[in-house]
Amino acid sequence: MSDPIIIVGGGQAAVQLCLALRKEKVETPVLMMSEESEYPYHRPPLSKSFLTGETDEDKLLMRPETFYASKQVAVELNTHVSAIDTSERTVSTAGGEKRFQSLVLVTGARPRQLPLPGADLSGVHLLRDLQHSKNIKNALEDAQHVVVVGAGFIGLEFAAVASGLKKTVTVFDMADRVMARAVSPAISSWFEKTHQGNGIDIRLKDSVSEILGESSVKQVKTVAGELLPCDLLLIGVGVIANDDLASAAGIECDNGIVVNEFCETSVADIYSAGDCASHPNPFAQGGRIRLESIQNATDQARVVASTIAGKKMPYHSVPWFWSDQGEHSLQMAGLSNSADQFVVRGDIESDNFSVFHYRAKQLQSVDSVNSPRDHMLARKLIGGQISPSLEQAADITFELKSLLP
Amino acid sequence: MPKVIFVEADGTRHEVEGKNGVSLMEIAISNNIDGIEAECGGSCMCATCHCFIEEDFSAAVPAMESDEDEMLGFTAVDRKSSSRLSCQIKMSDDLAGIEVNLPSEQN
Ligand SMILES: Cc1cc2nc3c(=O)[nH]c(=O)nc-3n(C[C@H](O)[C@H](O)[C@H](O)COP(=O)(O)OP(=O)(O)OC[C@H]3O[C@@H](n4cnc5c(N)ncnc54)[C@H](O)[C@@H]3O)c2cc1C
Ligand code: FES
Repeated sequence: MSDPIIIVGGGQAAVQLCLALRKEKVETPVLMMSEESEYPYHRPPLSKSFLTGETDEDKLLMRPETFYASKQVAVELNTHVSAIDTSERTVSTAGGEKRFQSLVLVTGARPRQLPLPGADLSGVHLLRDLQHSKNIKNALEDAQHVVVVGAGFIGLEFAAVASGLKKTVTVFDMADRVMARAVSPAISSWFEKTHQGNGIDIRLKDSVSEILGESSVKQVKTVAGELLPCDLLLIGVGVIANDDLASAAGIECDNGIVVNEFCETSVADIYSAGDCASHPNPFAQGGRIRLESIQNATDQARVVASTIAGKKMPYHSVPWFWSDQGEHSLQMAGLSNSADQFVVRGDIESDNFSVFHYRAKQLQSVDSVNSPRDHMLARKLIGGQISPSLEQAADITFELKSLLP
Repeated sequence: MPKVIFVEADGTRHEVEGKNGVSLMEIAISNNIDGIEAECGGSCMCATCHCFIEEDFSAAVPAMESDEDEMLGFTAVDRKSSSRLSCQIKMSDDLAGIEVNLPSEQN
């Protein structure tokens, strides 16, 4: 039998790859190796509906166990890939070496730890995988005073869940606004107000400097010098790409596994996709970035499959992302970092509006609050490089859809 | 258990059992039916779980909420009057024997 396509990782990109390879009629055997003990599951509910109990564990699986066999994919769970030999074309695991025909590295990312005194106390949590989320769910049963370090998506989603469960919640971030790296100031301030209105204490330009307790956390000390009671602390300060395996094998890495627009790494027949892939993105003015989103993981997996199938299709999908925070849904299309102008569509005082970002009069990105229609339109407009004028975007009586072909 | 019939775009029929309370999307996925992708896992965010509900059942399926209506404007295969997002419809006794047609593309 010919050597398989080996997939390292069992997350969002891995599942999409199994689907896309077979859709592309690639008939090579596929072997998926994941260090996790579960079949691939949906991560977004882990900071949202799984914690509230709305989504049960059995609904988290992305595909049933029988799916893999139905796609002729062999699965090895609890299998950590520890090394790659690029000249012998093998991967090493505790069980020995396996040869590959092609190798796809979809190893994702891991949460950044904070080197704080007391960070190893029980009651201090990170959130990336199912076990983390289960631990947090258990801890929420008894916790009263919840502290979150990092007002990013995961931090705020979790804070909204905890406050919905009537916990006292305090969120810290060193930046001067929430979600500062990802959304525009107008969106930040709307969410800040909304979360505060629900009783969440948001403390900006401040953080936790010390975690205090005997075996489990009892208090935190803030940078500003205050002591707060705390029995559950979530650290949500971003992630680090899992690129160590690749870099140890001599595959080019630079804050992630470096790939080109076809998701090819610096070594022939080795590909990467998803959270771990540092890729050139046409929506970042061609700059090299990493994206941590379902969209990016699934669309890049499709690109890998088409590259392996011999039909090269460059990656040029519009980036999009969503974050459910309590009752409210935030959706983003495009990348706003380079914007020089913005305009609001809808009424910011209401709960439904979008912020349109422009760069040199060209629409770059749209952040929408409770406005899925604006979001979907934005995906089409940005993808088609169609820019409504600032006036058109601001005028809710103007039908944006009329600009689409 | 009530039956659900999924019909792929090429005419392939799958008659499967659907538990009440479980969404049509989840029923399709758990039976390895390819015509549904469901990238977002049922969050009403991706529109890759698009389906067409057979006319006989159009009155029996629960009415859609505005989010679903808005998302349906952006499916890979154009919306028809019978279009729904399968993640938003939960199985019930009223839907026993429902025929769900799947589009040729979801992305
Ligand atoms: C709590 C949470 C909420 C989120 N919410 C949203 C959301 O609302 N919307 C959105 O768009 N995105 C969201 N995301 C992001 C999204 O889940 C990720 O972008 C997506 O999972 C990336 O897919 P991936 O396949 O690249 O990586 P992952 O899904 O992380 O999969 C990587 C897999 O590789 C395995 N692995 C790593 N190294 C090895 C090795 N050496 N050997 C074997 N296996 C290995 C890992 O254990 C893991 O199973 C959320 C993420 C989290 C954690
Ligand atoms: S599964 Fe994504 S909208 Fe239905």
